[in-house]
Amino acid sequence: MFQTTPLIQNSLIAILALLFCTHIFVLILARIKKNVDFSNLKLRMKSWWLIVFFLAFIFLGNKAVGLVMVGIICFLALKEYFSFIHFEPDDRKLLFWAYLSIPFQIYFLYTNWIIMFYLFVPLYMFLIIPLRRILAGNVKNFIKVTSLIQWGVILNVYTLGYLGAFLLLPFAKTSSTANVNGLQLLLFLLIVNALNDASQYVWGKLFGKKPIVPNISPHKTWAGFIGGVATTTVIASLLGPVLTPMSLKVSVCAGLLIGTFGFIGDVVLSAVKRDVGVKDSSNLIPGHGGILDRVDSLTYTAPIFFHFFCYLYQMGL
Amino acid sequence: MLNIFKRIFYLLILKPLVYFCLGLNIRNAENIPKDGPCIIVSNHNSHLDTIVLMTLFPTRKMLKISPIAAADYFLANKIIAWISTRIFNIIPLSRKVSKTAQEEFYHELDKRLKNNSIVILYPEGSRGEPDKMMKFKSGIAHIAKLHPDIPIIPVYIEGLGMALPRGEAIFVPAICTIIVEKAIYFEHDKEEFMEKLKNIFDDMQQELVKEEI
Repeated sequence: MFQTTPLIQNSLIAILALLFCTHIFVLILARIKKNVDFSNLKLRMKSWWLIVFFLAFIFLGNKAVGLVMVGIICFLALKEYFSFIHFEPDDRKLLFWAYLSIPFQIYFLYTNWIIMFYLFVPLYMFLIIPLRRILAGNVKNFIKVTSLIQWGVILNVYTLGYLGAFLLLPFAKTSSTANVNGLQLLLFLLIVNALNDASQYVWGKLFGKKPIVPNISPHKTWAGFIGGVATTTVIASLLGPVLTPMSLKVSVCAGLLIGTFGFIGDVVLSAVKRDVGVKDSSNLIPGHGGILDRVDSLTYTAPIFFHFFCYLYQMGL
Repeated sequence: MLNIFKRIFYLLILKPLVYFCLGLNIRNAENIPKDGPCIIVSNHNSHLDTIVLMTLFPTRKMLKISPIAAADYFLANKIIAWISTRIFNIIPLSRKVSKTAQEEFYHELDKRLKNNSIVILYPEGSRGEPDKMMKFKSGIAHIAKLHPDIPIIPVYIEGLGMALPRGEAIFVPAICTIIVEKAIYFEHDKEEFMEKLKNIFDDMQQELVKEEI
């Protein structure tokens, strides 16, 4: 059904070129400004190469490979969430069942059973998790533990699973969806989302003074947010008409959505980490922290952009 | 030949599995010794402890790792015995007290340490309840007294009691935290040594408990 297009290949080459230039720029900057510590930024650049290499599999391989890659992202994120929450050993079988939701979600996507993909986690996992705990006969912290697990599955499996849902677009070939390519949409989302994270960070570093949510994250400032969303909107309006069937007007809306909700996803995960008292979700990606630290904004932007697009082009829901 | 096979096994199977299915959060990694001989002392909650401790080292050094393991369990049948002695290089230790078995064990230990081995020892004696430490047995003090010049490195592992505890067949992925302490050596007498070791482990455990609150 879908194949990688020359446009995607060119985009990947462009991303590699951009990464190369940024890396060189960082290295030169580190040479000139010897009094500033660039070691974290250098580490981050190295990790970006690995991330791009890993994600390239989604865009070059077939549907099965792409979906497995998405499943791996969900798995690593869920593992980090379960590990920093600290569950009781009695609940380990519950966690095992929660992990099983990942192959199910991937299977539903692979067989184009999109309704089940929408329903399985919010409905069936919601029913299965308490059921498993009843079978174990454990009533200690019943609501608390089942909610924590359900929340983790929604956050890490359901929302991130939407990355895989893009691979199913268009659901059917009609005249209105003739030039819809799911892979290109996903590429658009990932590029805009990553540049949104980066530009919010840079604007905040350069001009940030007044924090938006001082209790959750003192580093997130109004300047970072507004400058970031503006930059993201410009990037989206440039990339949208090229990579997707969206017009300039719709691309601007998409940019605003990804910019705003990317910020919110970031803050929500900061709140989670602050609640459990960890700085990074793990140390999987050198310089970045854990995988959850990297995909936090996608937990909001992936489902929201997916439904935004499907609604506009009358697909699915 | 077997060594080449083992290195491939460590590099392509053991390490990726540990990083993908478990995930390690290592603290004070600079305390991990570069080379043997040394003795790693650790708490014991799961069979995975040994595998995780092995992956702390580069594959070259993994060949030198010798876990001390109970003979009645790890030599129970031929297949387990082959895997234990050939792949994981265990030093079998009989849990029954007999003079000849003990001498054999100390002789083997001595040989391995002379051969720059990295010996792993679990002073609790067996896997206990998840993330609870049992009283340390004094065998470690005896070994330390026999080898006063060999560094003894305390390592605390948390999280594997969740991943694969004793008596469970289902593996649940979990990221584990590993604290590596500075090497200690045997001084004066056994009681003092055991006291020192116990305090180090209590401190490491306390460090993690504090963060959870």
